[in-house]
Amino acid sequence: MTVYAAPGTPEALVTFKPRYEHWIGGEWVAPVKGQYFEDISPVTGKPFAEVARGTAEDIDAALDAAHKAAPAWGRTSATERAAVLNRMADVIDANIELLAVAETWDNGKPVREPINADLPLAADHFRYFASAIRAQDGDHAELDHDTVAYQFHEPLGVVGQIIPWNFPILMAVWKLAPALAAGNAIVLKPAEQTPVSILVLIELIGDILPPGVVNIVNGFGVEAGKPLASSPRIRKIAFTGETSTGRLIMQYASANLIPVTLELGGKSPNIFFKDIADEDDAFYDKAQEGFTLFAFNQGEVCTAPSRALIHKPIYDSFLSTVVERTRKAVQGNPLDTDTQVGAQASNDQLEKILSYIDIGKQEGATVALGGERADLGGEFAEGYYVQPTIFEGNNRMRLFQEEIFGPVVAVTSFEDYDDAIAIANDTLYGLGAGVWSRNGNVAYRAGRDIQAGRVWVNNYHAYPAGAAFGGYKSSGIGRENNKLALDHYQQVKNMLVSYSENAQGFF
Amino acid sequence: MIEASVVIPGETSPRVAATGDTVDLLRKLWSDNGPLMFHQSGGCCDGSSPMCYPDGDFITSDNDILLGVLDIGDGGESRPIDFWMSREQFEYWSHTFLTIDVVKGRGSGFSLEAPEGVRFMIRSRLMAEATPFA
Repeated sequence: MTVYAAPGTPEALVTFKPRYEHWIGGEWVAPVKGQYFEDISPVTGKPFAEVARGTAEDIDAALDAAHKAAPAWGRTSATERAAVLNRMADVIDANIELLAVAETWDNGKPVREPINADLPLAADHFRYFASAIRAQDGDHAELDHDTVAYQFHEPLGVVGQIIPWNFPILMAVWKLAPALAAGNAIVLKPAEQTPVSILVLIELIGDILPPGVVNIVNGFGVEAGKPLASSPRIRKIAFTGETSTGRLIMQYASANLIPVTLELGGKSPNIFFKDIADEDDAFYDKAQEGFTLFAFNQGEVCTAPSRALIHKPIYDSFLSTVVERTRKAVQGNPLDTDTQVGAQASNDQLEKILSYIDIGKQEGATVALGGERADLGGEFAEGYYVQPTIFEGNNRMRLFQEEIFGPVVAVTSFEDYDDAIAIANDTLYGLGAGVWSRNGNVAYRAGRDIQAGRVWVNNYHAYPAGAAFGGYKSSGIGRENNKLALDHYQQVKNMLVSYSENAQGFF
Repeated sequence: MIEASVVIPGETSPRVAATGDTVDLLRKLWSDNGPLMFHQSGGCCDGSSPMCYPDGDFITSDNDILLGVLDIGDGGESRPIDFWMSREQFEYWSHTFLTIDVVKGRGSGFSLEAPEGVRFMIRSRLMAEATPFA
């Protein structure tokens, strides 16, 4: 067990600056309008740093820097860009504890998560795309004896990326890595709830990149995100967030005729077939953990297994077992490596989760566990903590239909395979899903029948680089986390070459 | 507290209301930004929260449904604010009455109030007139 010292105390691994400016053109740049906003730690509910409050003027400055940097960066060899990505990965690996404490303080997540998941995955993600870009070939076709079509990959140029607050560093890297590998320059807008940890990262890796290749402008969505998303000076916009903003970003993109990738969340079903309980063995234990993973990262995961569907014959026994397992989840100081459940990322998130618990009770769902704000007392008394909560109800309840983004799971039963699939697919979304069965045929069929971009079979919440990630239905457009993502950041140049000496004969 | 007008054909009771704090904030946002609209979001992160935009900034379509119009006019001229939701989302929300409240927060998305250090959020109650899960 380790308890990391809180930032602001003498032993702390990370010392935040009192004030962070924008990162533009490889240096810190004050916001044009001179305004700053407070970054609040969800751990304590108290502000800990000031952050530049960007506006259209700052986005323009960042776009200027990006446009200046893009041509040379786009002409570097894949070998050079891969080397840059690998160096950034090495720096992350060498600073995992420091970055983890920064991430926990900014976001509220228990520090064991960034240490063991977010940051190792971020480093590996850079390495994956370093490899992918080096392994990427163009292609050619000999259309006839004298005519050859060559396909080259070219970068788009300057792209915009808007990052969510649930995995501030990892989600930024998910977007940065393919864009950089493909040779683009970037203007990135972090979430206003978690603006600082990505700046701590850029302090460490900023000098590895040529100036202007990555530019970071903080600020509020309406003041900084909107001018970025609607700018005619970007060739693509990528966004992770919710549906209204996703639609709005597509509308802005339509005005500029640029492509969009969107990741808009889900309400992921986690299906437990009765044969999981055939033996009380390691696999059954794994399936129980698979249920409890709804509380991972306080439920602030787009793919959180927030609807548990349990086969009727095992409903009572399995549910009572996992309620007890979830009851043992350790909620406490997020900087303690023994803590399993930390703080929600913001006050508005806390309030929204509590409002869903309220409507769930009104709709007649019953609380099997939790259902309240958690008061950890002392220095954490004003932090944003919610008890892991298990509701029983039915799939038409709003609890089952909306992404609460909290440690709240809605549980229901199903009669048979067809019922399970019908319930699983009765949702607007299609991002993630889980299937648990000892029967390979059932698991395979369910995996194919569920309308979601990622189906975990006999596991959950694994995000290895290489496994494509993205949504069906209202969950978004495009794929990340796989070499397919390079396509979202590249043009295809076709060069059609005639090796004939003779005229075509038309004129 | 202000209740929105009834706009869905065949219905007789309002579906949306705004708390006093919400109305005060909307009046400020209106004087700063001009006419306003709401679109109820779904999905991840800041999803499930109402998004407040300059009127017309978000293009609605036949696949959206107008749930009501809030008039925040302060005695003088009318200041109507449409409250929209996607039709597919309304299929799951139709049995609940929505009250727009304001809490301290950071927002995200492009909703206009976030720079004020506050966030609109929805509080819900079951509607006596609607059958849940029909």
